[in-house]
Amino acid sequence: MINLIMAAPDPIVLETDDRTPESALDSDEVRLTFEVHNLSIWYGDKRAIDSVTLNVPSNAVTSIIGPSGCGKSTFLRSLNRMHELVPGTRVDGSVLLLGENLYAPDVDPAIVRRRVGMVFQKSNPFPTMTIGENVTIGLKLNGVRDRKFLNERLEKSLRMAALWDEVKDDLHKAGTSLSGGQQQRLCIARALAVEPEVILMDEPCSALDPIATAKIEELIHELKKNYTIVIVTHNMQQAGRVSDYTAFFYLGRLIEFGPTSKIFSNPSDKQTEDYITGRFG
Amino acid sequence: MHSKDKDRHRWRKFKSGLVSFGTLAAAVLVIAPLGLVFFHLLVNGAGAVNWDFFTQLPKPVGAPGGGMVNAIVGSLELLALGSAVGIPIGVLGGVYLAEYGSARGNAMLRFIADVLNGVPSITWGVVVYGLVVLRFKGFSAYAGGLALGLIMIPLILRTTEEVILLVPNGYREASLALGIARWKTIVNVVMKTASKGIITGILLALARIGGETAPLLFTAFGNRFWNHDLSQPIAALPLQIFTYAISPYDDWHRQAWAGALVLVMGIFCINVLVRILTRDRAGTST
Ligand SMILES: Nc1ncnc2c1ncn2[C@@H]1O[C@H](COP(=O)(O)OP(=O)(O)O)[C@@H](O)[C@H]1O
Ligand SMILES: [Mg+2]
Repeated sequence: MINLIMAAPDPIVLETDDRTPESALDSDEVRLTFEVHNLSIWYGDKRAIDSVTLNVPSNAVTSIIGPSGCGKSTFLRSLNRMHELVPGTRVDGSVLLLGENLYAPDVDPAIVRRRVGMVFQKSNPFPTMTIGENVTIGLKLNGVRDRKFLNERLEKSLRMAALWDEVKDDLHKAGTSLSGGQQQRLCIARALAVEPEVILMDEPCSALDPIATAKIEELIHELKKNYTIVIVTHNMQQAGRVSDYTAFFYLGRLIEFGPTSKIFSNPSDKQTEDYITGRFG
Repeated sequence: MHSKDKDRHRWRKFKSGLVSFGTLAAAVLVIAPLGLVFFHLLVNGAGAVNWDFFTQLPKPVGAPGGGMVNAIVGSLELLALGSAVGIPIGVLGGVYLAEYGSARGNAMLRFIADVLNGVPSITWGVVVYGLVVLRFKGFSAYAGGLALGLIMIPLILRTTEEVILLVPNGYREASLALGIARWKTIVNVVMKTASKGIITGILLALARIGGETAPLLFTAFGNRFWNHDLSQPIAALPLQIFTYAISPYDDWHRQAWAGALVLVMGIFCINVLVRILTRDRAGTST
């Protein structure tokens, strides 16, 4: 059996660095989950991310906003090496997850992805599997056999995803039989079941109605007690409601990063202000 | 309304009617041969399809009765041998084309598979004759199965590739994002999602080779008795029909009709199975 439980490393104290735009963060001790340094990403010859340096605080929600095509998804996917699935990508710079470089040559991307889970824009429960199988598949295919353990983890994950009460009598039904919002929460439960340390979400509510969206936002609020969350959203109100920190990207560059309240009330950059007040994007 | 307008209207209606009639006639022409074949088979063959046909060996000329049980079982054995060659290579090759490989290499493989799909089936018989029958100095069930398997490979390969490419990328991503290894993702998520399509492709390939005669002529060869050793010649329904049909005897002709009817019914059953599978797929994928 593969041990999926990783030991939590020591807290990392943010060093003061005036060149980075997150100086708003370095006043007191903040634990960091990701330290991204000078990251650039290319698709073939096209540079999608340009020299981004950014620290993602632990047990908080960081939202990534910016006009479409500015590299939000690419940046998010670089945090668990999912962008590598596109052939011809190239990375420069480093991403530290709790102090370890994700791009070191001996790092297995599968292990990175077990530690850094992901929820996609379009909910994608596996169509051939039941609700229960959808949640436990990550454990099963990573070698976990113990039925009791699987059942416990199934219930725990569905409870954390605020879905247990709605599906506990229907675990054998197809995952695709659920409503759109429930399917997205099922996908969150599926990601939680392998016990990641971080959850990345790429516009998780953009296909959902307001009520389902509110449920997911509430869930994000609950989850940040135990997880670090990075969420891409094109909805500024959502960023304002759910996130503690906000990063504004434009044309592949990080323009501004800081506490959400500051970014929305008193941005230091003119471009950020223009975007937030709806003057472009 | 002016009378000129009325005339035009009538002329348009006439043209519309003409086209409707034309398409209907074409449809009838398409369906008619199928109906004729069935009708003819039923008229000529139904009388000889009886319990004996499925349980008895062929009788010598002149002796009444007898059946084709050895040919029916032989055909099933040949299909099994062909499947043992064609299914694993075809399915794995299709998965390779869809999931691995370089764009240029894949384009070439695809082209080769399409060319092979168009090769007349007797060619496969000749190839296997040269490679296997001559070398091992004898016709055999193995040689027949190999010839059928070689025909199955490109058929199954292309259908498998197509249905695997239809699996939305979101499922691959979801699985890989759970830290599941690539090959496990392909087997447990991608192939499982495409399984009905893969099985459909296999069944269609079986339906296609089930009636093949030419590739068996110089390989399986045929046998009037039971085959007890796969390295010996074996009977097959299409071969038996061929032999009986070109014979000068009336009772053999009747047996050939009966054999053809049984063969067509078997292939028909496979196609019905395919319909059921594909209807299911359309129903659940929405
Ligand atoms: N698979 C890909 N192949 C090539 N270029 C891509 C690919 N995905 C994204 N890009 C390019 O990278 C840039 C950033 O895209 P993306 O990260 O998807 O932006 P966002 O999520 O902010 O809309 C875009 O210019 C886009 O054209
Ligand atoms: Mg995006």
